Amino acid sequence: MKSHRIAGLVLPVFLLLAACAPAPAPSGVASTELNLYAWSEYVPQQLLDDFTAQTGVKVNYDTYSSNEEMLAKLQAGASGYDLVIPSDYMVAVMVKLDLLDPLDLAQITNFANIDPKFADQYYDPGNKYTVPYMWGTTAMAYHKTNAPFEPKSWADLWDPAFENKLVLLDDSREVPGMALQVLGFDKNSTNADELEQAKQKLIELKPNILLFNSDDPETPLITGEAWAGLVFNGNASLGFAEDPEIAYICPTEGCGLWFDNLAMPKGAPHPDAAMAFINHVLEPEQSVLITAEFPYSNPNAAALEYLKTNDPEAYAAYMAFAGTNPPAEFLSHAAPLKDVGDATTLYDELWTDFKGE
Amino acid sequence: MSARDASRARTRQLSLFARLRESRIFQGVALISPANAYLFFFVILPLVMIVILSFLSRGAYGQVVFRFNPGNYTRLLDPVYARILVYSLGVGFGTTVITMLIGYPLAYYIARSPARQRSMLLFLILVPFWTNFVIRIYAWIMILRGGGLLDTFLQWAGLTEEPLGLLYTPTAVMIGMVYEFLPFMVLPLYTSLEKIENALLEAAADLGAPPWRAFLRVTLPLSVPGMIAGTILVFIPAMGMFVLPDLMGGAKTLLIGNVIRNQFLTARDWPFGAAASMILMVMTLALTLFYTRRAGFSEELLV
Amino acid sequence: MSDKKLPLWLRLYGVAAYAYIYIPIMILMVFSFNTMKLNIRWEGFTTRWYGVLFNDQQVILATRNTLIIAVVSTIVATILGTMAALALHRYRFPGYNVSETMMYIPIVIPEVIMGISMLVLFVMLNFQLGLLTITLAHIAFNIPFVALVVRARLHGYDNAIDEAAMDLGANELTTFRRVTLPTIMPGVLSGAMLAFTLSLDDYVITYFTAGPGSTTLPLRVFSMVRFMVTPEVNALSTIWVLAVFLVLLAGQVVQNRRA
Repeated sequence: MKSHRIAGLVLPVFLLLAACAPAPAPSGVASTELNLYAWSEYVPQQLLDDFTAQTGVKVNYDTYSSNEEMLAKLQAGASGYDLVIPSDYMVAVMVKLDLLDPLDLAQITNFANIDPKFADQYYDPGNKYTVPYMWGTTAMAYHKTNAPFEPKSWADLWDPAFENKLVLLDDSREVPGMALQVLGFDKNSTNADELEQAKQKLIELKPNILLFNSDDPETPLITGEAWAGLVFNGNASLGFAEDPEIAYICPTEGCGLWFDNLAMPKGAPHPDAAMAFINHVLEPEQSVLITAEFPYSNPNAAALEYLKTNDPEAYAAYMAFAGTNPPAEFLSHAAPLKDVGDATTLYDELWTDFKGE
Repeated sequence: MSARDASRARTRQLSLFARLRESRIFQGVALISPANAYLFFFVILPLVMIVILSFLSRGAYGQVVFRFNPGNYTRLLDPVYARILVYSLGVGFGTTVITMLIGYPLAYYIARSPARQRSMLLFLILVPFWTNFVIRIYAWIMILRGGGLLDTFLQWAGLTEEPLGLLYTPTAVMIGMVYEFLPFMVLPLYTSLEKIENALLEAAADLGAPPWRAFLRVTLPLSVPGMIAGTILVFIPAMGMFVLPDLMGGAKTLLIGNVIRNQFLTARDWPFGAAASMILMVMTLALTLFYTRRAGFSEELLV
Repeated sequence: MSDKKLPLWLRLYGVAAYAYIYIPIMILMVFSFNTMKLNIRWEGFTTRWYGVLFNDQQVILATRNTLIIAVVSTIVATILGTMAALALHRYRFPGYNVSETMMYIPIVIPEVIMGISMLVLFVMLNFQLGLLTITLAHIAFNIPFVALVVRARLHGYDNAIDEAAMDLGANELTTFRRVTLPTIMPGVLSGAMLAFTLSLDDYVITYFTAGPGSTTLPLRVFSMVRFMVTPEVNALSTIWVLAVFLVLLAGQVVQNRRA
């Protein structure tokens, strides 16, 4: 009958399953595994392979696509991860929720490679919990020839000439933040009245919005479906690489600033491997690998020096584009998002109202 | 004495254990217990935790605070959520109707094909769904985008001059949804249709009924269980979808699935998300039970 | 059913329907050979993405995990689901309504809820997240789908045949093996195919129940695609489709030999 055939299939499969369960790391001595939980498409395979080749530690790279997804998993109590890469405001939240373990900077000898500008930030004074990974901006990208005119401010996007031609990040903080800035308010406002006005302003923008897209907003700009939008600097850099007509500016009202950081969740099973990995990432030869594949901004000063000497063309390109190297004027208008505590619900309701309109 | 009586007499003489084995109640319980136990432990128990969660509160940093808060449910009474719910119902309903209209003839075609071909044809429907869901959507995006493959073809054929602008509209969402849910409608429909005995149709023909009459009076009513199963398998998940509507509709409209996901992943208001999920679940469960009871999975309601 | 020739309109319809289903797949396959990395329009022909794919360790690991999970969860869910369908179709017992309702719940729950609630359960039980937890979750959502499809098949099944068999002296088990099972087998196989497909493609629930090193193909592909839809992803899909076709072909050959 078929029953014994089925049993014959199930048993080896279960054995296979059992064999796949991760082996416990030997205590004390250097671990053999590292469980990395990071943004998808953020850590180059080459970097991981080099780490394994040098230390013998196998890296398990699991991915998430938003800070909140990562937080949801960690909050539910799932540990097993040794390293995560939270953004600035998320670090503050995680520290308050006691989800991170302090780092032992003494073990991270390459920390000196970080440009001092990026160390000792407001969200983690003294770098108790984090080491900067990549940083960047959130601002306006537009297509120089497709766009009917060159926009200089967010308010320009409300122009009817952009009807059905805008791409915006699908972000319930960035988009309202943009509206708040247009109205002259603080993008981290928790004032219900200001938020209501921002919502009305956004509803006025609706006819111009072609789509919301946080994953690859540069694609509609490249295909010509969209002519301008709110994007991350990495998207702008990728778009520029494909089509030099794509420009990236910080509008007059202001734009966003963010920092991603390596951090260690509480109860990480392989803290020694985690420290070694952080040190490895800070190596100039490794750090430039990240920039090459994922063109955000690199806080590692030694890495940029390395790039200058070893690949001057890439260095020049990096320095020339505002996506990777925003000029001082750009940065002066850039401000980070802050966690707004209880007002998070207000933003969510704003977003629901706005989209459900 | 008939064979039946003999068997019953035999039964009376057996031991208690053997009699238990013969008992229909015992057999029913024995058959369903493994599934019941599994679902109870892995589905019901966690759900109870969610119910509890829906009555708790959100802390300042999005953590769960053990403070009783029925406000999560009252918040849902806001008209905004009613609008979203109605829109989601509409998407579910539209998808179900269109997949039924497209899927029924297809299921019929397969069911009436030569027996050798049938499993192959069924398999062929499922094969594309062994590629990744998101990739299939991106294929459609490539086809429907402004200046994409469809536009290129239509312009080459001289049928249009301007891009159709189909992508990021409700039409595109519907095309994608129907595409995704077609197998879920076709499979149960086929299962039902395939059972219909040829003898019945031949009898109808013999009695002088034209093919369309035979279809309406014989085939269609007998395929109702399949239609119900198909409706359940399509309507409910379709209502809760958000990935496809986001990707093909440009994320311009919120569906109930988006709202729930946002609560867990962006707003970090798990209690509110749990409350919204409970409402959705109760509604769909009620719909499902109403449908199946009325239409006769329960044998006594069979006409 | 009938062996009479199908009406022309129906055959044309069948062709059109299959075209609708397969055109995006064809496009996927063709564009796996595109030189353009962003894969927005056709630029040129190359096979290099297949090379990239075969060297992609993460994809290979994910594929292996996905297959293991799908096979195991399908088998278990089909057995439990078929038994449940039989129970609900044929018998009446205390707790019938509750059982029936419970059977519908996984179909009705938003996936996010199911995923998160199972995550919380596993954490509370101190289960290490990994292949086992994903498989357990997949079995949970597969059982009701199998049961539903089998029940649709059972509906109208004439119990008199079973009773006749039993009158002739067969016990329940033999009756089941020799009479019931062969008749409902199409439904059981349909249910199994559905379960396998659902498991292969599941994203949300898998996301929440996966642990370090247990990533599956949907998870992996989803994250690859969010960043940039390169032809490597198309290449992966093409391989999948071809693999399934080969299995199909083998199945048909075996079947024809038997006939």
